[in-house]
Amino acid sequence: MRQTIALAGNPNAGKTSLFNILTGTRQYVGNWPGVTVEKKEGRIRRLSDSLLVDLPGIYSLSAQSEEEKLATAYLLRETPDMILNIVDAANLERNLYFSVQLLEMGIPVVIALNMMDVAASRGIAVDGRKLEARLGVPVIPMIARKAKGQEELLKCLSHAAFPSSVKIPYPAPIEAAIARLAGILAAGDVRLAPSPRWLATMWLERNAVFDEYIRALLDPGVLAQMEQVRMECEGIPEFEIRNARYAWIERLLGEVAGHRTPALGRNWSDRIDSLVLHRYLGIPLFLAFMFVVFQITFSWVGTSLSDRLDVFISGPVSGGLQSMLIAMNSPDWFTRLMVDGVLAGVGAVIVFVPQIASLFLCLSFLEDSGYMARVAILMDRFMRAIGLNGRAFIPLILGFGCNVPAIMATRALDSPKGRLVTAFISPFMSCSARLSVYSLFVAAFFAKGQAVIVFALYLTGIVIAVLTAFLMKSFVRAEEGLFLMELPPYRAPMVKSLLLLTWDKAKGFVRKAGTIIFGMSVLLWFLGHFSIHGMAAMNESFLALVGGWIAPVFAPLGFDTWQAGVSLITGFMAKEVVVATMGIVYVAGESTLGALLRQAFTPAAALSFLFFILLYTPCLSTVVMMKKETGSWKWTLLSIVYSFAVAWIIAFIVYRLALLFD
Amino acid sequence: MRLSEYAVGKKARITRLSMTDANRKRLMDLGLLPGTEVEVVRKAPLGDPIVVRFRGYQMGFRLSEASHIEIVAVP
Repeated sequence: MRQTIALAGNPNAGKTSLFNILTGTRQYVGNWPGVTVEKKEGRIRRLSDSLLVDLPGIYSLSAQSEEEKLATAYLLRETPDMILNIVDAANLERNLYFSVQLLEMGIPVVIALNMMDVAASRGIAVDGRKLEARLGVPVIPMIARKAKGQEELLKCLSHAAFPSSVKIPYPAPIEAAIARLAGILAAGDVRLAPSPRWLATMWLERNAVFDEYIRALLDPGVLAQMEQVRMECEGIPEFEIRNARYAWIERLLGEVAGHRTPALGRNWSDRIDSLVLHRYLGIPLFLAFMFVVFQITFSWVGTSLSDRLDVFISGPVSGGLQSMLIAMNSPDWFTRLMVDGVLAGVGAVIVFVPQIASLFLCLSFLEDSGYMARVAILMDRFMRAIGLNGRAFIPLILGFGCNVPAIMATRALDSPKGRLVTAFISPFMSCSARLSVYSLFVAAFFAKGQAVIVFALYLTGIVIAVLTAFLMKSFVRAEEGLFLMELPPYRAPMVKSLLLLTWDKAKGFVRKAGTIIFGMSVLLWFLGHFSIHGMAAMNESFLALVGGWIAPVFAPLGFDTWQAGVSLITGFMAKEVVVATMGIVYVAGESTLGALLRQAFTPAAALSFLFFILLYTPCLSTVVMMKKETGSWKWTLLSIVYSFAVAWIIAFIVYRLALLFD
Repeated sequence: MRLSEYAVGKKARITRLSMTDANRKRLMDLGLLPGTEVEVVRKAPLGDPIVVRFRGYQMGFRLSEASHIEIVAVP
């Protein structure tokens, strides 16, 4: 590897787009050592001797949050050959503050001046050339989302880069202290990669990570001298250093950015906000958006596509497979395994791909547009009541797609306790895999009010999550961190990136259908057709034995058949396997399953079964992720036991109520 | 005067950040320093958090945090 380039920038500056453009598919995702913050690396596509390391999106190197600490520690310890700093041209002032910190460091920097189009639309004309001259490093104007400026950037990255000569003028007492510190470091023969001036300012700012780093490195004599200088420095260095940087940037902007938007100017993003965050309309609008998302998924788009796919699979595909196997002279049991086992199992799951893809598409749209940040603001007041903040709402919404990324997203939260509580309650967010069970059952049992029942299920999940958080508040007090939520201007999401993301999720789902569900289907088919006496009828098979063994647990809930028992066990592997299992145990094609279910469940039992599916023990992947993110077996096991108990109680109540109203 | 009590749509200047060291540093990194001009853009439906604009971008703050930010009105 010729060089390592660190990609650094503020949140919302377009870092992800740039990383994706530069590395394409050649990226690896891991964790930073010791913490659960994601670490992405990738070879640059057309510069294959360069490794790009994606640092977390941060506002500064102040080492206040986990991400800032991490980035600072990385820059100090690993010292990359070059920093690629992405800067939002439409929000230059704050973005440049971080740039200045990087430039002062003395490592070669290249600046990608992103979102030139957004800046232009807001009436800000940034002079890239002049900025380049004043900062003393290459500045490449870009529109990363449209891959514009990529050629120039690549050309620049392939050349030998150089450190900036920028020197921010600090007030006299600070400059004096910096000079003294530089002298001490030089006399102590300290050879560190970053410039002595940067080291001195970090020391004067009392940067926690830097303090720890330098204490481990220097001998006590030198440290004592440095401590002395810091003590004697007049004024408040941490304020004056920051103030001087911002003052310098303000002057710079006067030169390079023509026509800055007046502070009171109302652009269209503000107009949307005045509606979306409106005193009375804000929350109803949010609920309406959610309702539209569910309608798209369950009524308008997802379900109708699913139905068509279903007809296709249970018709031509099933028939074709059967006649092909017969033509190939395959043994009868194998034909039945493939058609009744594998195709019934995998097919029952595949038909839900359109619904799941629709849901992911809608959620990514809301996320990319900038609306999710508004949701965090809208919901903060409510989340506070359960000891969390508005930010925690975002992982919970993602949970509607899949609980695994939801628990992963809790990494973005500041406080460890907030992360724990959010991870613990996210499995109650009804994921899209559970949706496959709802769709099957509501279609089979309820002619009217299908959407209402599904909506009630989702709502129950939310209520249980809220109550759980409320309960946990008294045991695990989440400390009050600073709630900072940036509201980036709205932007139209890129159709291409939305489709790519959705395709990715759908592919993951199909892959799971091809592996876990394929395997489970084969296993189930064998278990369902054999007993200790060899080939047997299904209700005398191993499967019936196992299912029958646990079935009594569910008798008070209205479904004590061995078939229901088996599907709940297999549902622990992955929730979508429940449907596949039912396809096999009731020996049904997708089209006949509904009718068979109506014989096996009463409507009240079906309703109770749905509530049980909603709440019971999350799937294996979620449990594994829970262990990984909470780092605690205690909490993981508690989550398993707790959700099972809650599911049992709620399903019991639902069943009894349904019997009353039946 | 405190930022938490300030009216929507009017400009003010920060005079003091009276909070913990760590939080003060964080706000200063974001460009919210004594002397910075700010404007309360809007309030969330229940009046909390508030959205504040400074240095050309918008950030949400809780009232409990904004009450530690002291300001003077800018004519």
